[in-house]
Amino acid sequence: MVSLLSLYLGGGAELLFGSVKEHHVTLPNQSEPWDMKQLLVWIRGNMLKERPELFVQGDTVRPGILVLINDADWELMGELEYELQDKDNVVFISTLHGG
Amino acid sequence: MCQVDEEYNGQLDHRVTPRVSKKCVKCKENTTVLIIRAGDAFCRGCFKEYFIHKFRAMLGKNRVIFPGEKVLLAVSGGPASSSMLSQVQEGLSRDAPKKLRFVPGIIYIDEGGASGQSMEERKRAVAQLESVFRATNYHYHIVHLEQVLSLPSSVLEAGSSATGKPPTGSSYKAAVDHLIPTRKNQNQHPDLSVENAQSHLSNLSMQEVQNGVTSPITPEHTQALKRLFASVRTPTAKEDLLHTLRQHLILHTARTQGYTKVMMGDSCSRLAIKLLSNISLGRGASLATDTGFSDPRHGDVVIVRPMRDYSSKEIAYYNRMFDIPSVFIPGLDSKAQDKASIQRLTESFVTKLQTDFPSTVSTIYRTSEKLHTACPPQNTNTQLSAKCLLCVCALDTKLEEFSAYQATLISEQLSQRRGPGPEFTPGTTAAPGSPPASSAGQGHSSGGGQSQGCETGDGGCCSSAKEPETVDLKSLLCYSCRLTIKDMTALDALPQYILSEAERRRSQMREEISEFLLDEEEDEAIPRVNGS
Repeated sequence: MVSLLSLYLGGGAELLFGSVKEHHVTLPNQSEPWDMKQLLVWIRGNMLKERPELFVQGDTVRPGILVLINDADWELMGELEYELQDKDNVVFISTLHGG
Repeated sequence: MCQVDEEYNGQLDHRVTPRVSKKCVKCKENTTVLIIRAGDAFCRGCFKEYFIHKFRAMLGKNRVIFPGEKVLLAVSGGPASSSMLSQVQEGLSRDAPKKLRFVPGIIYIDEGGASGQSMEERKRAVAQLESVFRATNYHYHIVHLEQVLSLPSSVLEAGSSATGKPPTGSSYKAAVDHLIPTRKNQNQHPDLSVENAQSHLSNLSMQEVQNGVTSPITPEHTQALKRLFASVRTPTAKEDLLHTLRQHLILHTARTQGYTKVMMGDSCSRLAIKLLSNISLGRGASLATDTGFSDPRHGDVVIVRPMRDYSSKEIAYYNRMFDIPSVFIPGLDSKAQDKASIQRLTESFVTKLQTDFPSTVSTIYRTSEKLHTACPPQNTNTQLSAKCLLCVCALDTKLEEFSAYQATLISEQLSQRRGPGPEFTPGTTAAPGSPPASSAGQGHSSGGGQSQGCETGDGGCCSSAKEPETVDLKSLLCYSCRLTIKDMTALDALPQYILSEAERRRSQMREEISEFLLDEEEDEAIPRVNGS
């Protein structure tokens, strides 16, 4: 199941991604559906240009980075366990000072 | 319990993803989109109402902004200040009888010179922000940080309160009531009525918008600014110094352009972090003014913080949902490591704690609400020399016997020299203006003579490592500003207005102390005034 996602970065998080705010990504095919945890691993491996520790911390995002899935708080969707659907819109906004 | 590497995994539950109902807690109809605090889920419409209401409630509860006043909005381009700008627009545009009534102006400080941005990047950021400001139709000022080098030293003086007495609730109510019934009453209102002010401004705005950008800066200015920041060794001190200079610039603009209030966009999370890091920086004495709603330390210009009830999450979410334009501008601390500075460390501490204990920030915030200054700062009897040179808060370094500060000083002196010389008294940094009649008075006057002895370059009495200027500037600063200055290698890189004001205060101190010295000739000699 190919997932076409649109990612948006704000609040300074875009600095870690080459100052590009909007990204449209196609996730590679796999048998089980993608969930947020896998997405983060994928982002870390494929999209982050520098300083991964400023974006991802362990399994989850760094504290202070707000995640919205289809304009809703990811806490309401199950956080890391949320399964991504096709054409989902994921937004990462950093609320921290330093990027 | 407080050990390093304590394992909590087994004992504490990981914060369970809240199984909140999918319905908004307020209207109970629509689906929720956001969780605020711990478990309150709102739908989009209710969240917007809640957000707008909080702003107006904050202003209404603390009745410091009078109708018709000129208020300067300090916008850094970041989410909180952009949100504040949009709330002000929202509040001023309502047709309800209780609409906000003041005259706003905007100030943006371009700090690219200090954070090492190139001119093109700075111009681009400024252009983006200008388009945002123009859309608001308010008068705006773009000020470059380089202009701090040419400020007058009157910036450091606390002006007197404009009304002469602290505004009380009843006068506020009276002022508001004047405006509600009919238009006629407004002409009788002592302050400039809002409509007059706004039409006046709109006439000016077209010409003055060009003047909104202040004089262009030269590369020499940028170099001087870079030299100033390069002479500061630690990132902590850099951030502190940047903050101080920024405050001075905003204050100066407010004073010259006739603004009596300044609105800063500090959010709840930022203030919680600021509270803790200020304690670590040694600014505990001025916590109430630094993090409270209103900051009256400058006298004629009052700084208010209307966003202090909003968490960063709420602000970020609101900006995203309702398309509030904000421009991210990388600063001194972007992409800094967690341990780079005290402020950074505190931020990472608080945000990490917040994820596991969601009431952290609000607890800190509520604690800060309970802080009050012991003696009201509007006390006009406070002498100018009792205020810190840089941060204009009350000097907390008046030496008393057996104070913790005195202990710090003594251990510092002892660790740098073999031992205290015979002339050395702990009261080296004089507290000006204290009466000589008390038993400590002789210590102070000898201390005054002592510091004069230091000025004449006598290296024996103070640490040989310090230059005389460091000692002298220090006596005019509060504890945390001293720490900031201590981290600077080249004090002459400081802007001229600071140095000249310091000189003026020193000579004022000298005059005051000379009254108490018995004989003028004692100024030259190394004093041994100790009761003889």
